Amino acid sequence: MTVSTSSTTDGGSAADLTAIPEVSYAVPDDGHGHLAELRTDPIGLLERVRAECGDIGRFRLADRDVVMVSGAVANEQFFRAPDETLDQAAAYPFMTPIFGKGVVFDASPEERQQMLKNQALRGDMMRGHATTIEAEIRRMVAGWGEEGEIDLLDFFAELTIYTTSACLIGKPFREELDGRFARHYHDLEKGTDAMAYVDAYADLPSFRQRDAARVELVALVQAIIDKRVARGPVPKEERDLLDVLISIGMESDYITGIFISMMFAGHHTTSGTASWALIELMRHPDAMGEVIAELDELYADGSEVSFQALRSIPRLEAVLKETLRLHPPLIVLLRVVAEQIELGGHPIPVGTMVAASPRVSNRIGTDFPDPEAFDPGRYIDPRQEDLANRWTWIPFGAGRHRCVGNAFAMMQMKAIFSVLLRDYSFEMAQPSESYRDDVSKMVIQLEQPCRVRYRRRVSASSTTGAASSPSAAVVEPASSAAEAAETPPAGCPAHAPGNGA
Amino acid sequence: MRVVADLDLCQGHQMCTGEAPDVFGFDADADRVVVLQENPDESLRPQVDAAVKYCPAMALAIKED
Repeated sequence: MTVSTSSTTDGGSAADLTAIPEVSYAVPDDGHGHLAELRTDPIGLLERVRAECGDIGRFRLADRDVVMVSGAVANEQFFRAPDETLDQAAAYPFMTPIFGKGVVFDASPEERQQMLKNQALRGDMMRGHATTIEAEIRRMVAGWGEEGEIDLLDFFAELTIYTTSACLIGKPFREELDGRFARHYHDLEKGTDAMAYVDAYADLPSFRQRDAARVELVALVQAIIDKRVARGPVPKEERDLLDVLISIGMESDYITGIFISMMFAGHHTTSGTASWALIELMRHPDAMGEVIAELDELYADGSEVSFQALRSIPRLEAVLKETLRLHPPLIVLLRVVAEQIELGGHPIPVGTMVAASPRVSNRIGTDFPDPEAFDPGRYIDPRQEDLANRWTWIPFGAGRHRCVGNAFAMMQMKAIFSVLLRDYSFEMAQPSESYRDDVSKMVIQLEQPCRVRYRRRVSASSTTGAASSPSAAVVEPASSAAEAAETPPAGCPAHAPGNGA
Repeated sequence: MRVVADLDLCQGHQMCTGEAPDVFGFDADADRVVVLQENPDESLRPQVDAAVKYCPAMALAIKED
């Protein structure tokens, strides 16, 4: 670790947090500061920090101060800070019981990022992943029939268990999974209660459910291991990551923890974004019509999803980006100050927790006119509001730790909607405003019920719907090396969950 | 146009070398992008635009001088 010019002690430079305004209370302090509000209305809390305090404000989380920044200038300071200055591992204590106490990758964030890029998620493996993802979607809809109803959370959470396990761990492992794995995994995610900032092992229903779910997952993995051991070794080319971990003598508890952590960053995030994208499309028939026309035209020549998902699909991409802006899967990104840093003109002492909020920054009106409106046109030339606001359009975080899986995630969602929207039409099966997030946990999930009706399209892809936009179906030669992406197992610092630390 | 790469942000994805191979190269040792042409010909703009748009690290930009 390099020695920086700033002091690593409390510093003589008057690092006094009281100079930073503290946000008011909307939910009475129950002895843990703003924790009660964070557990019931976190968005209200985060929005009020900016509304009352401006670009830098403060709230209390259990026994510590959290300094929250927003706006381009302070966000850039936050996101550009190196790991030695702002540490993420210590910022997510609710992840430790989920991964398992022993599961710590002996590698720095940079090394992990590098490992990801060099292994399962190399750019040249993206085509194979796209093929895998398409096959998984088709399997999920195989029994759909002509029409019916699905629950968005159940559907996408299960689908993304299969896609992430198949792409990151291996197809043989994925073939051993069924809906049970997805349900237990979901229970783990529901165990991300912010009460962990007081005690990650407190006697709470959601923590008991979390721990029970982990036991069930270990049992499922143990059964798969037993089968592998009974089967005996297979040729090298048929091995997946599980075979490798068994061969080096790892226990099922530890292997399960590794798999949980590898899948975590790419699971609830993709599942939630796919759900919200479909909801927003159903709420905005014009946008839905444009995307369907774009897809119909794009695939009219019989091209493969695995090919097109790696290329430019401008209207669909714009819808996905706008969905991410309005519904970022992670509403707050946290770090712990390891070396004194200056944010928004204030020196912040070591040990302070600092935060940036995708949910708040993504809706700053000066950067995103009419910020509450769903407007995919923001991303079409020449507006490009994502590129124009690199430090406030931050659904994937920003800076050197910007989600390394973002291109993989976009590819996956393009593949999902390339299949779903060409073969089926969708409509809401409940009032539009009744689709909402359950924000009571740090991992936000769609609140159930969240039901949607589907109907098989007649002659899908035979007519183009005569898209009004000439650009709609242009296959840009773009992205030929396409989406050289990685998924972000434990390493994605934006999702950050501290990979077991 | 002037092409700018922020080396603090580059994560070495090498998307840009596929989108605009005449403008962007890759330093394997540093695991970072190398701008081969800081002022590329206007005819390359569509390629450079795509590289900027699809950079997973948002590390690239075009400045109009």
